[in-house]
Amino acid sequence: MRKGLSFTNLTALALGLAFLYLPIAILVIYSFNTSRLVTVWGGWSTRWYTALLADRALLDAAFVSLRVGFISATAASILGTLAAVALARARLFRLRASFSALLYAPIVMPEVITGLTLLLFFVAIDLDRGVWTVTLAHITVTMCFVTLIVQARLASFDWSLEDAAMDLGAPPSRAFLAVTLPLIWPAVAAGWLLAFTLSLDDLVIASFTTGPGATTLPIRIYSDVRLGVKPEINAICTVMIATVALVVIAASLLTKRRAAH
Amino acid sequence: MSDAAAPPALRFDGVTRRFGSVVAIDRLSLDIFAGEFFALLGPSGCGKSTPLRLAAGFDAPSEGRILLHGAPLTAPPHLRPVNMMFQSYALFPHMSVADNVTFGLKQEGLPKAEIAARVSEMLALVQLSALGARKPHQLSGGQRQRVALARALAKRPQVLLLDEPLAALDKKLRAETQFELKRLQRRLGTTFVIVTHDQEEAMTVADRMAVMQAGTVAQVGTPDEIYEHPASRYVADFIGDVNLLQGRVVRTDASSVVVACDGFGEIIAGPAPEARVGETIWLALRPEKIAVSEGGRAGVGQNEVTGTVVEVGYRGEQSMLEVRTAAGSILKVSVTNRRRRAADGPAVGESVRLTFAADDIVALTR
Ligand SMILES: Nc1ncnc2c1ncn2[C@@H]1O[C@H](COP(=O)(O)OP(=O)(O)O)[C@@H](O)[C@H]1O
Ligand SMILES: [Mg+2]
Repeated sequence: MRKGLSFTNLTALALGLAFLYLPIAILVIYSFNTSRLVTVWGGWSTRWYTALLADRALLDAAFVSLRVGFISATAASILGTLAAVALARARLFRLRASFSALLYAPIVMPEVITGLTLLLFFVAIDLDRGVWTVTLAHITVTMCFVTLIVQARLASFDWSLEDAAMDLGAPPSRAFLAVTLPLIWPAVAAGWLLAFTLSLDDLVIASFTTGPGATTLPIRIYSDVRLGVKPEINAICTVMIATVALVVIAASLLTKRRAAH
Repeated sequence: MSDAAAPPALRFDGVTRRFGSVVAIDRLSLDIFAGEFFALLGPSGCGKSTPLRLAAGFDAPSEGRILLHGAPLTAPPHLRPVNMMFQSYALFPHMSVADNVTFGLKQEGLPKAEIAARVSEMLALVQLSALGARKPHQLSGGQRQRVALARALAKRPQVLLLDEPLAALDKKLRAETQFELKRLQRRLGTTFVIVTHDQEEAMTVADRMAVMQAGTVAQVGTPDEIYEHPASRYVADFIGDVNLLQGRVVRTDASSVVVACDGFGEIIAGPAPEARVGETIWLALRPEKIAVSEGGRAGVGQNEVTGTVVEVGYRGEQSMLEVRTAAGSILKVSVTNRRRRAADGPAVGESVRLTFAADDIVALTR
């Protein structure tokens, strides 16, 4: 084994990390800038965070995003887990390979296309666009990610555990809830967290499928920024980064726990 | 032990299970009586687990019926009064030992006090009373095996199905556990059906056993019936060591048959009523049924063969000799090592005289 990093490796690592995280670091630092001018440093302050609390439009958008994220992640987790279990259980299911391949389609599909197809679909079935269409769109897209995460866990799952539960008198649904779910829940929770962040993050699909009165945070920020960067935007972005970072850390801890089990 | 008039505890009635083009079991018919310790024995892949899974309800027969005490068994697994002990034990890893045993009783909705009493009774039965709070991963393999047994027995099943329950244990522990299992079965009086590929294990634990061959039953009987009266070459060869001599029937009467075997000359064997003169048959002769006398001393038994020892396999309590006859055939002969350090067994290169009784040879037409 190598003892440490050589000088070249260390430099490469530092450059790589800087490339990834310097823009974020600058944004976070400037969110604490006193100056109204985004490019001029005027000393430390939390005034933009206070201002944020007074910005109704931005807060409404944040609330919409949280609501959409929460509902869509929960629905995607339930549907995605059921899909993963169905695919894993049906060991002789002939179309299993094709179904598994279909799961990847929404992941590799360009978001613009996904957004457009969903928009056309909602128009075709004459569904009024709003919070619910964005939620439905997010369920569609994030469900596959949940399925993939849960499927990875189920690959090593001992199905005789579920058989044993039924053998001992538990009907199939109870066998699943009492034995299978407690054993795979870290994967389900990791899937939920991923679905939640993806939903919170999404601009393209939400823009296609949203309607009046349903402005999500990314849409709000994007339209604000087109009129020039306000310091409040830095502040709200910092809050979002912190949220996403917490969620990602939680998800990776859950995944680790799962691996250690 | 069993009431002849009562229907068998478990009956397989012409049961077939196909997986695509693979026939896992083929028109299996088998009666297992109440209170019996029954073993399904066969090489791996011959279709031993499939009948258990069908009886437990995890899978359905393609054809045929399974009857429990005379009533067709069609309910889903959670409603069948049979329980299964899995090869992997399938203990719930997120529950303690006591919770594992409690699980099945809770599903029945028994009163709390009765559940608690039954759980402690079961843990005592398998000598795990002190370990109820442990998680399965904190137990040894032997302890896990006992938890699985206690969990399956807690529901007082009419039939307990055991799929290779001892396969994961080391040899010594396995031998001890076989006796424990037998004692337990006798004490509870529950019908046990065990699946194993280990013939010693089947013979040790079972009252009766079925030797399986590619999805069908080759022979059903008590262990000694199967060992001493195998019905076919397959059974004779699968159970224990055996010499199989091929030959042609020369004479046959009510008490014996005379067979001309290549490399041995004429051998008198036990009766073979179905054999006809001129037909090709096989003689099964167990190595321990052959008496060895060194040098010129005469032995007992109607049959006598001389040969040279070509190989000695020392096994501790006995040695397995390979003897080449004058005509060049090989016979396996076992000798018991009764005395310590005494050179009572023949050595390689020595010439020996082998004798064996006609009654100890089984003539097989299949
Ligand atoms: N679910 C299944 N799908 C396909 N083939 C199976 C399945 N279960 C068993 N088989 C086949 O049926 C045969 C008998 O299996 P099994 O009863 O498990 O044998 P054993 O327990 O004696 O090893 C084997 O050839 C096995 O490959
Ligand atoms: Mg098996």
